[in-house]
Amino acid sequence: MAAGSTYTPLATNTLGSAAASLTFSSIAGTYTDLVLVMSARTDNTGAAATYCIRYNSDSSAIYSLTALEGNGTAATSERYTAVSYAESGRLNTSSSSNTTPNLSIVNIMNYANTTTYKTALTRSSASNETYAVYAEVTLWRSTAAISSLLIYPTSGNFVAGSIFTLYGIAAA
Amino acid sequence: MANTYTLISSNTLTTTTSSVTFSSIPATYTDLKVVGSTRSSTSDQTLLYRFNASTSNYTSKYLGGTGTAAESASFTTLTAGAGGTWGRIGNAGVNASTTTATTFSNWELYIQNYASANNKSSSFNSVTENNTTAAFAELDAPLWSDTTAITSVGFAVYNTGSFVQYSTFYLYGIKNS
Repeated sequence: MAAGSTYTPLATNTLGSAAASLTFSSIAGTYTDLVLVMSARTDNTGAAATYCIRYNSDSSAIYSLTALEGNGTAATSERYTAVSYAESGRLNTSSSSNTTPNLSIVNIMNYANTTTYKTALTRSSASNETYAVYAEVTLWRSTAAISSLLIYPTSGNFVAGSIFTLYGIAAA
Repeated sequence: MANTYTLISSNTLTTTTSSVTFSSIPATYTDLKVVGSTRSSTSDQTLLYRFNASTSNYTSKYLGGTGTAAESASFTTLTAGAGGTWGRIGNAGVNASTTTATTFSNWELYIQNYASANNKSSSFNSVTENNTTAAFAELDAPLWSDTTAITSVGFAVYNTGSFVQYSTFYLYGIKNS
C-alpha cells in the first residue's frame, strides 16, 4: 500500500486540565475501521480504575463484553451483558507514578455500516495497577453508524496531559 | 492524504544473529510500532528488549494462554546471549528451535509517546504457534520507568538464543497529526 494512505488521524486531544469525559464527535463514515489510542490516567485514588466508551452517547443497556485480564499473578475473565456502556480497559490511577500513563488501543470494526451490530477489540496496558494487562471484546447491539465516541473514567477525572487520538483505517 | 503510518526501517536476517537494533530513531512521530516474525537458534524462546541500550528499569505484566491454561506473571530483566541484561517483554515471543520446523512467531510491540518525558508504557502481543501440545498466545504490558526519549530499540533472545535466518523486524512510525 502507499505509505500512510489508509491510516489517517481524524482527531487528537491532549487534555489541558482534568476532565470527566471526552468526546470525539462528527466522525465521518468514510473509513472502514476506527482505532482509538489512549495515553491516560485518572485522579481516582483506588487501586484499579477503568474507563468506558459509549457510542453515539447511547446509554441504553445494549452493550455486552467479555474481558480477559492478568494482574501479574493470575489470569481471570469476566462477562457483562445488558450494560449501558462498553467498559473498555484499565487505567493507571493517582497511586501510580505521575509519569506513567496507561496505554489502550481500541479497534472498532465496520463502525459505519447500518446493517450489523458493532464489535470492538481492546488491548490495555496499565502496568502499575492491580489489573495490568487487559483484553476485551465488546458488542454494541445497534445497527446505527457510529458517529461519536464518549470516553469517561468510571470514577474521578482524566488527568491533564492525557492524550486521546482517533484514527480512521480505509480498506481501499 | 497525511502520511501518518510510515515504515522507518526493516531488517530481514540473512544469517543467525544474536541481537537486532534500530538506532537513530527520529523523534518526529507520536508512536512507534515494531512488528516481528522470529525464531530462536536454541530452545530459548523469550524475547528481550532494550530502549536506548539501557539495562535497567524494565518491568512487565504477562497474560497468556498455553493451550491448556490461562496464566499471568510479572517480569523484570534477563540475560541474553547477546550479552548483558535486557528487559523481558513477556513469557515467550520467539519460536524455539524445538518447535515445528520453519515456524516463526508473530508479534507486535506498540510504543506510545516514545519521545515524551513520561515513563514509557507499551503493549506487546505475540503468538508462538507450533504443531505440538504447548504453544503460547500472549498479551503483555511492558513498562520502562525512564523519562528519556527513546532513540533506539533493540531485541535479543534469552540465554544463549539467537534469531535465525529469515527472522524479520519492521519498525513503523505513527503520527497523530
